[in-house]
Amino acid sequence: MPKPILSLENIYVDFERDGVISHVLDNVSLSVQTGEFISIIGHSGCGKSTLLNVVAGLVPVTMGAALLENKEITGPGPERAVVFQNHSLLPWMTVYENVKLAVNKLYGHSESMKKVHERVMNNLDLVKMTHAKDKRPGEISGGMKQRVGIARALSMEPKVLLLDEPFGALDALTRGHLQDTVMELHDRIKATVLMITHDVDEAVLLADRVVMMSNGPKATIGKIVDVTSPRPRVRRELYNDRSFMSCRQEIVSFLEEHDQVVKFEPA
Amino acid sequence: MAFDTPKFATGEASVPETQTKEASPVPARATPRDPIALAQQKQINAAKLRKFADKVSTWLMPALTIAAFLLIWEVIANAFPGGLPAPSMVLMESQELIFNPFYDRGGVDKGLFWHVMTSLSRVGIGFGLAAIAGVLLGAFIGTVDLARKGLDPIFQVFRTVPPLAWLPISLAALREAEPSALFVIFITSIWPIVINTAVGVRNIPQDYLNVAKVLRLHPVEFFFQIMLPAATPHIFTGLRIGVGMSWLAIVASEMLLGGVGIGFFIWDQYNSSRMSDIIVALMWVGLVGFILDRLVAMLGQYVSRGTTAD
Repeated sequence: MPKPILSLENIYVDFERDGVISHVLDNVSLSVQTGEFISIIGHSGCGKSTLLNVVAGLVPVTMGAALLENKEITGPGPERAVVFQNHSLLPWMTVYENVKLAVNKLYGHSESMKKVHERVMNNLDLVKMTHAKDKRPGEISGGMKQRVGIARALSMEPKVLLLDEPFGALDALTRGHLQDTVMELHDRIKATVLMITHDVDEAVLLADRVVMMSNGPKATIGKIVDVTSPRPRVRRELYNDRSFMSCRQEIVSFLEEHDQVVKFEPA
Repeated sequence: MAFDTPKFATGEASVPETQTKEASPVPARATPRDPIALAQQKQINAAKLRKFADKVSTWLMPALTIAAFLLIWEVIANAFPGGLPAPSMVLMESQELIFNPFYDRGGVDKGLFWHVMTSLSRVGIGFGLAAIAGVLLGAFIGTVDLARKGLDPIFQVFRTVPPLAWLPISLAALREAEPSALFVIFITSIWPIVINTAVGVRNIPQDYLNVAKVLRLHPVEFFFQIMLPAATPHIFTGLRIGVGMSWLAIVASEMLLGGVGIGFFIWDQYNSSRMSDIIVALMWVGLVGFILDRLVAMLGQYVSRGTTAD
């Protein structure tokens, strides 16, 4: 077993509000190998976003540690680029400028203008958005915005790419297209990806491992399922794939089981 | 807005043509037997008529109200002679002032254009300085919470001080008329800029802050790339209020300071009891104030295009 690129070790996260402590994450441990695609799934409010934000460095841990290449994560940084659910593009910049902001910050000091331009265009090309490079975020569709968000994150050449429900706000068709794009990118650049979702099919389709979180408060990792279906995967054929269907079944029953717990324990 | 309308009015002749092209891909000149085409034609005609009526009324209504206003003024002024001059009197007495704003006979005997330009240049300097200082100060107290807590109460008190109340202090401190006038404009117009900028900076969406954090932008990059553009709509609200207040301040302070300038002109004419000239000058003051406000608003719209779109 090679050394994991990212490891979460006994992470506890508590939030304080008006003197009351709420336990969000309770002893979460996870190791992620280089090039692995991990989906994190769970009911809303179970703390999966908190977990991602811990890795992003946007939320501090109460106890435990998140390690990237054996170095503790203490704050946000470009080596852990995030694709936010609501795209978070800067509306006063064009698509090109949004990506260039990231490229300039990381390579502007060391590389020529031409090289920077090439990097921006390459990354826009990866998500097939070069045609709209001079448009502003307000002028393109939600799916296209999310593509640019992905291009911006990829342009930081992150060690781990963090996707926070990246397709949550999109319609089903656009969602499917983007899932294909992400799969293709993952196959091509072998990125290590951590993705949050609450869509079972999406979780299984994209991931090597699906991490299921139990319900909060005091959420922890309930179960981890390996998705053994061979890559490249094709959406249409997966419903005939037995291992895909059994993974799917396992996740659905896990979620249903935990759904009932919520009903008896209203927050 | 009355200011946008001229470009529509000049293009009026061509509007019906483009209308037909856009609205009906179906042939508009249809045979009389085709009921759908007839109905469509009717729709197009109705829309054209509505647009035309709308355009006419935007120009006609202000003209009517102004005419009514002048008429009432004329009647009242004639009913009480010895008070304010009637519009017809103003036109007669102040002909040169109205029709030749550009004359210059040396000293303070100049056309209104030159008086207004002098006042405007003072506003330009005072307001320009207030804009720069106000945005910087606003950004500072918007970011540093301790600074906001310490300074906000002082700002809230200072901003209610009327422009002219600053004049004696600034004259005492600066000892000369010109810098005192500039200081009064500066100190009057800076508060709305500071306060609005601070609100804008404090309201930058968390998403943009997260982007800045992940990219590890340093403070200068953050200021120019994120903070300024995100706060632009708020900043321009402040600038717009500020420019209006600086115009108030300059007219008032020139009355006391003397020299050239529209405020001084009004005071000077008052001392020589030339009411008609004052009325003409008032209209200039109002129009210039209106244009200043529109200019800042238009600049704001141009600069912040896209910032509000999601």
